[in-house]
Amino acid sequence: MKKFLLPLALFAVLVVFLGVGLKRDPREIPSPLVGKPAPLFSLPTLSGDKPFSPADMKGQVWIFNVWATWCVACREEHPLLVQFAKSQRIPIVGLSYKELQGSEAANAQSSEADKLQLARERSLKFLQKAGDPYKLSVMDLDGRVGIDYGVYGVPETYLIDQEGIIRYKRVGPLTPEILIETILPLIQQLDKPA
Amino acid sequence: MKYALLVACLSVMSWLVQAGEAQPMAQDPQVEARLVVIAEELRCLVCQNESLSSSHAELAEDLRREVRKLIRENKTDAEIKTYLVERYGDFVLYKPPLKPLTWPLWFGPFLLLVLAIGGFWRYLRQRRQLTHHHLDAAQRAQAEQLLKD
Amino acid sequence: MIPELGQFALVLSAVIALFLGTVPLAGTLRHNVVWQSLARPAALLQFVLVSFAFACLASSFLSNDFSVKYVAEHSNTLLPKPYQFAAVWGGHEGSLLLWVLMLSGWTAAVAIFSASLPLAMVARVLGVLGLVSVGFLMFILTTSNPFDRLFPMPADGRDLNPLLQDPGLVIHPPMLYMGYVGMSVTFAFSIAAMLSGRLDAAWARWSRPWTVIAWAFLTFGIGLGSWWAYYELGWGGWWFWDPVENASLMPWLVGTALIHSLMVTEKRGSFKAWTVLLAIAAFSLSLLGTFLVRSGVLTSVHAFASDPSRGIFILVFLAVVVGASLTLFAWRAPAVTLGGTMGLVSRESFLLLNSVLLVVATGAVLLGTLYPLIIDALNMGKLSVGPPYFNLVFAPLMVPLLFVLVPGTVAHWREARMSEVFWRLRFVGGAALFLALVLPFVLGSWSAGTMLGVFLGMWVGLGSLQHVVERLRKPGRIGGSFWGMHLAHFGMAVLVLGITGVKSYEVERDVRMAMGDTVTITPYTFRLVGMEDVMGPNYKALQAKVEVLKNDQIIEILRPQKRRYFSTAMPMTEAAIDSGVLRDLYVSLGDPVAGDTPSWSMRVYYKPFVPWLWAGVLFMVFGGVLAALDRRYRRNTNQQSVRTAGEALSGSA
Repeated sequence: MKKFLLPLALFAVLVVFLGVGLKRDPREIPSPLVGKPAPLFSLPTLSGDKPFSPADMKGQVWIFNVWATWCVACREEHPLLVQFAKSQRIPIVGLSYKELQGSEAANAQSSEADKLQLARERSLKFLQKAGDPYKLSVMDLDGRVGIDYGVYGVPETYLIDQEGIIRYKRVGPLTPEILIETILPLIQQLDKPA
Repeated sequence: MKYALLVACLSVMSWLVQAGEAQPMAQDPQVEARLVVIAEELRCLVCQNESLSSSHAELAEDLRREVRKLIRENKTDAEIKTYLVERYGDFVLYKPPLKPLTWPLWFGPFLLLVLAIGGFWRYLRQRRQLTHHHLDAAQRAQAEQLLKD
Repeated sequence: MIPELGQFALVLSAVIALFLGTVPLAGTLRHNVVWQSLARPAALLQFVLVSFAFACLASSFLSNDFSVKYVAEHSNTLLPKPYQFAAVWGGHEGSLLLWVLMLSGWTAAVAIFSASLPLAMVARVLGVLGLVSVGFLMFILTTSNPFDRLFPMPADGRDLNPLLQDPGLVIHPPMLYMGYVGMSVTFAFSIAAMLSGRLDAAWARWSRPWTVIAWAFLTFGIGLGSWWAYYELGWGGWWFWDPVENASLMPWLVGTALIHSLMVTEKRGSFKAWTVLLAIAAFSLSLLGTFLVRSGVLTSVHAFASDPSRGIFILVFLAVVVGASLTLFAWRAPAVTLGGTMGLVSRESFLLLNSVLLVVATGAVLLGTLYPLIIDALNMGKLSVGPPYFNLVFAPLMVPLLFVLVPGTVAHWREARMSEVFWRLRFVGGAALFLALVLPFVLGSWSAGTMLGVFLGMWVGLGSLQHVVERLRKPGRIGGSFWGMHLAHFGMAVLVLGITGVKSYEVERDVRMAMGDTVTITPYTFRLVGMEDVMGPNYKALQAKVEVLKNDQIIEILRPQKRRYFSTAMPMTEAAIDSGVLRDLYVSLGDPVAGDTPSWSMRVYYKPFVPWLWAGVLFMVFGGVLAALDRRYRRNTNQQSVRTAGEALSGSA
């Protein structure tokens, strides 16, 4: 007798999982880098001074924001970043990711230096118009550093602590809710003396 | 006459044409062969559901370049997969790694098969016992006789 | 005006469906013949109304009425007329309307072709189908109305997704839906049988031809989808274990088990409860498939644009329909009687093994498809389960299934002896083994997988042939179900050989070609001789001209294209294929390559035995049709039950 109820029971379990699944986004991938040291690199910066490495930020909590001028979703979060930068709470370092991606003009340029120059020009022009929240921006033209950071969709934002460990990653534009509910409290927590 | 002339011209032309055997797209066919095998088991992260080997997306191109680089450095398949998993998590693997989290996935079908065959066997034996109790030898003979008529 | 009429027709049909789902069923409880007899007319009326609604939507497409939002999203003035019509089912809302059209069509068919069934039975079956229709119609009217208007009306539509502008993809959804929806008929029969409290062999006999036809459509639909992917996507793949593909495979697997189980229930009165469960499962998997594709829980290239409210509706509907059926099952199944005697080795036991293996295979596919969802729901991370998993897990399950297929057709009903069965098959087994050892060497390379595939394909194919030859030697008429069964099994063999062949021996060359360059895959040579721009009705294309040579003779000219549709920025590859009996030659044009001489990246494939994949599918489809059209299903009921009872007692095939 009981065994005939088994199909119904199994089905009920399935429905529960499907119901929970409805609330999930199957395309959002959690990052395996949270809790691990931020991958090291040395890249040229937007302003053209000495190259930057994450080690330079040791001793501070900082935000690492991946962006590009061709990225439409980045425009959504840009004003928020600019405003946050004004509060001078913690520095924001930008990663200009594959700025010349798919660009016809870029393919025509032959040298790396020329490409870098073009990317800088584009980024500066954008930041002049939209505001510059970045303490500095590094230029990742071929996306290699992006790969090391597990970047798959721009914009992405990382919160990195004083020891250089990644504490949080956000894929997609930053929203005020995320800033207030997640990032700021985390910064507070990290700022406390050990 | 005209036909012979045409044939002669064409023969000369085909001798003049510098065409040859097409070169493979890949710089290095051996590296490429390994790439295809590895990339078939990796997921394109920005696609709806495509493997890294067949996707045309930018990130897929970048990751394939990365994998080629690792192949040239003589990394093993496992090392290459680990490299990507460190950065993107298990999601990037189309063949889920075997670990406690995926034991139900990998052992489930086999377990299901064993249980099902077991149930099947038990059912048949039970069935045989049940139905064999219905008729004893005499009744069986009687039934046979009836059927023959 | 017309869209509003269409919407009104849908509302009316929902009312009629509700009537159909309640009054005749109540009539069976109250033994009211008048109420029961209202089922047939209601079913026919519902079909007329839904057809009208569908016609309204089609008319909106064909007249380029972009004030209808759905038309604006999926059509365009430049879209060729046939595709404007097919665009009706190019998106979520319209495809649902197609689903409902099919459902009301099958319902009407049952109403028409059920003259020999008792009225109460008809009332119940149509009633259940009516209730299912209500669910879908309410879903359309509340969350997915294709007749919604759009203000302001755009000047032109967004165009049908270029991937869908293709004949293969035009017939694929209707065929697939005919299959999915067809499973609802057997489902309705099994519910009706449970409701009446009489789960006997009769319901199995009535529902069997319907199931076989639905199965044939489903086979055809899945095959079409595979064929389309093969020639459209540009790299010659034909099965990707994508969640939506799996969603169509699962009802097919269970449907196959169902057909074979129905056979036993009809002939021997056994497995009644199991067959009912399979009938419920087949339709449930169809509904589950609908849920997976439209709710956004899984990523897939096939998924429609998703919306959480839609997902919730379908899930609730799924829960209610399947939950109620399984509850009914739990209530009625214990009282079911056992049926005829059955030996440990007998045709019945082989057929039960068939069920078991197919259900386990379905379980494996379901597990793999849903596992990422389950892990995510439990907050334990994100996983991908792709082709490497499915290939590793599914193929080994198919091996025993294919192996027992042949003894299963040979074994006697009721009682058989294993030694006798295999003695009868000694030539087939020997020949299959021999061919498995020899053919791979002849064809080029040898591997265990290839051998196994050839063996199983030959085993099944030769087994069918032997059976047919033996039967032809005996006197007496051979019915459609005999031919159908063997044709379908033979089709399976051809499919297996095709899969084995293409996977073992296909060759791909990814090259850059300039004018006059050649690629050789013995014994064929491909030479690029031309490149030109061509214009299509709503696209512009770069077309290559490739000569195919064998023994220095040009045997074919292939013209692969790279299209750019005006409406989207998406470039589309149109591969060029030369199909033969034993192989396909496949050329795909890529992007231009930088360099001194103009050259292009081209992919050239040699795909042996691919045509056998499609041939195998077609054989299976025709086999199913032949079996369903067997005359004995169309004879009078009384005559039939006497024959069936007689057959059952004497234990003959």
